[in-house]
Amino acid sequence: MAAIFLGVGAATALSPSNCFDSKKFQLSTRRSLSGRKPWFLVVRSDGSVNLGSNQRSRRTQQLITNAVATKADSAASTSASKQGHELLLFEALREGLEEEMDRDPHVCVMGEDVGHYGGSYKVTKGLADKYGDLRVLDTPIAENSFTGMGIGAAMTGLRPIVEGMNMGFLLLAFNQISNNCGMLHYTSGGQFTIPIVIRGPGGVGRQLGAEHSQRLESYFQSIPGIQMVACSTPYNAKGLMKAAIRSENPVILFEHVLLYNLKERIPDEEYICNLEEAEMVRPGEHVTILTYSRMRYHVMQAAKTLVNKGYDPEVIDIRSLKPFDLYTIGNSIKKTHRVLIVEECMRTGGIGASLTAAITENFHDYLDAPIVCLSSQDVPTPYAGTLEEWTVVQPAQIVTAVEQLCQ
Amino acid sequence: MILGRSFEDMCAQMYYRGKMFGFVHLYNGQEAVSTGFIKLLKKEDSVVSTYRDHVHALSKGVPARAVMSELFGKATGCCRGQGGSMHMFSKEHNLLGGFAFIGEGIPVATGAAFTSKYRREVLKEADCDHVTLAFFGDGTCNNGQFFECLNMAALWKLPIVFVVENNLWAIGMSHLRATSDPQIYKKGPAFGMPGFHVDGMDVLKVREVAKEAIERARRGEGPTLVECETYRFRGHSLADPDELRDPAEKARYAARDPITALKKYLIESSLASEAELKAIEKKIDEVVEDAVEFADESAPPPRSQLLENVFADPKGFGIGPDGRYRCEDPKFTEGTAHV
Repeated sequence: MAAIFLGVGAATALSPSNCFDSKKFQLSTRRSLSGRKPWFLVVRSDGSVNLGSNQRSRRTQQLITNAVATKADSAASTSASKQGHELLLFEALREGLEEEMDRDPHVCVMGEDVGHYGGSYKVTKGLADKYGDLRVLDTPIAENSFTGMGIGAAMTGLRPIVEGMNMGFLLLAFNQISNNCGMLHYTSGGQFTIPIVIRGPGGVGRQLGAEHSQRLESYFQSIPGIQMVACSTPYNAKGLMKAAIRSENPVILFEHVLLYNLKERIPDEEYICNLEEAEMVRPGEHVTILTYSRMRYHVMQAAKTLVNKGYDPEVIDIRSLKPFDLYTIGNSIKKTHRVLIVEECMRTGGIGASLTAAITENFHDYLDAPIVCLSSQDVPTPYAGTLEEWTVVQPAQIVTAVEQLCQ
Repeated sequence: MILGRSFEDMCAQMYYRGKMFGFVHLYNGQEAVSTGFIKLLKKEDSVVSTYRDHVHALSKGVPARAVMSELFGKATGCCRGQGGSMHMFSKEHNLLGGFAFIGEGIPVATGAAFTSKYRREVLKEADCDHVTLAFFGDGTCNNGQFFECLNMAALWKLPIVFVVENNLWAIGMSHLRATSDPQIYKKGPAFGMPGFHVDGMDVLKVREVAKEAIERARRGEGPTLVECETYRFRGHSLADPDELRDPAEKARYAARDPITALKKYLIESSLASEAELKAIEKKIDEVVEDAVEFADESAPPPRSQLLENVFADPKGFGIGPDGRYRCEDPKFTEGTAHV
């Protein structure tokens, strides 16, 4: 046991060393429902050591000895033949995007400053030179209309990726996202599919002010017909980007402004992540901590402290904000019987609120204590650094919450 | 046009008999615009409309049976009963909707035109010259989406024609009371595209202008804005008492009924005889009767249809507590699963 805690202790708050020590390629021979789903390679980052057949093999009781991998471990275990390559999260997104654009000429990008400027966070840098101005389209500042244009293009055969320069700007596109993106497949009786990906950076940054610090996942979650995923590491950023592009459903991919410069070593081989699955970050026994996006790192930092105090938290990055992966979450709750949700959304009507409801509905009997949900304060994010810090959940609060929960 | 008129009249009848519900917006009086434009299109060209879309659907080739069934909410409707009056879609006939909020369809039409250009220039399908028509009303022309799309279409020279069906009234709001400069066609040149005004009650004049606009788009010269001055003989919808409009104005436009005008023209130029026209009307009556019969006899959607088309890939409903995808739950296909 001591070895694990040392491993955890070595991790820093923003380090991307996560659970990918045994990235075995697992063939998902999932029964295809309509008979027309393509076969694809899925890598589970839950550290499964079992090469499953057609069922997803789930580790339930065993602890992985190096759950938070150190550099030496990850290099050795990445894959049999190659070392993988190191890159930053925004580069991982770009790599995923580029691979998909190479693979399918119908994939195109549209958004403000995605072309010549290379994207305000450089996710699309160099792509316009490679693919041309029409495939990486610089749009005028008209979110509602170019999102609608993306939807029209998706209906007529293209696979667009619409970038919101900041997720908050997509509030202007809410009309198109709610009415058309989410609903058209249904109201057309299944005739038109909308394989669109809407992505962009959101979340609280460093003193960006209230309007640039919004978390739109809570506003979009009620829209029927869309899927929402949040990436948090270069590995899952690339994997989710690719999966979202290949999906026939409209997917909203939430990135975080502060995570773009995370560095991680990812495999050279092609892989995608499952859109509907959660990611086991650190297995444990005492409490289940559910989180996503940037809060994952606050949680891992708190986990260091907790481990030193003798606690064994299980950390799950839910990744799929809509729908929730109730299997991974449920298995964890059945083991630990205590749940802490740590999110960056506002308290009211946030992802945590929905998750609390879903857990209560499905796993009430397994809980030994009420679900604790730590969210941001219902406050427009202030500019001042000190105030901004207090609106968002900090590691110290997480530690306190776990201590109280485990009494 | 006769099909459009008879169909809409039948809709009114059916609505008052309790066969269809909700908001139903009828197209009586505006048939010249739909026929004038859509009959010039190929099957691969796309049409985007608004909630007043029954006749656009019919003109584009969607069978009257499918439209009537959809209005009755039956599973045999063009959208399986899931869309309704305001959401007519047909992939086969490239009818991209049917939108309830005004202005919503214009960006979608712009997207379809973008695909056409993309096909030609990126995918190198040299013969792809598909044109998209976007129909909308005078009220929409004060909406941001209209202007944003005029800009983008002209900027990228998209093969689209923006057709304004200016019937002077947005429910009870007169166009003159809502618009600073009521001459909509003038807004085209402001964005870099030609703007035309045409008498929307005369199908031949509409067709002439439409031909030019569509050919322009096909040649790759970019978008055109066409304002058709027209009028709706009925209220905004079947729920609208239509008390605000001046009866004298209604009478003036009724005298310019596009169907009567065309009949008169055909007979006077000896292109058709009274008997032939009567035969057409009779045939159309049969088609509409048949459509109603078909819709009446069709079954409503079964419960199992409830969850089917929410996602193109039903894995989007996620993974349930038992580890299986929710869509694998048998209750899902029965429509009783709680997702």
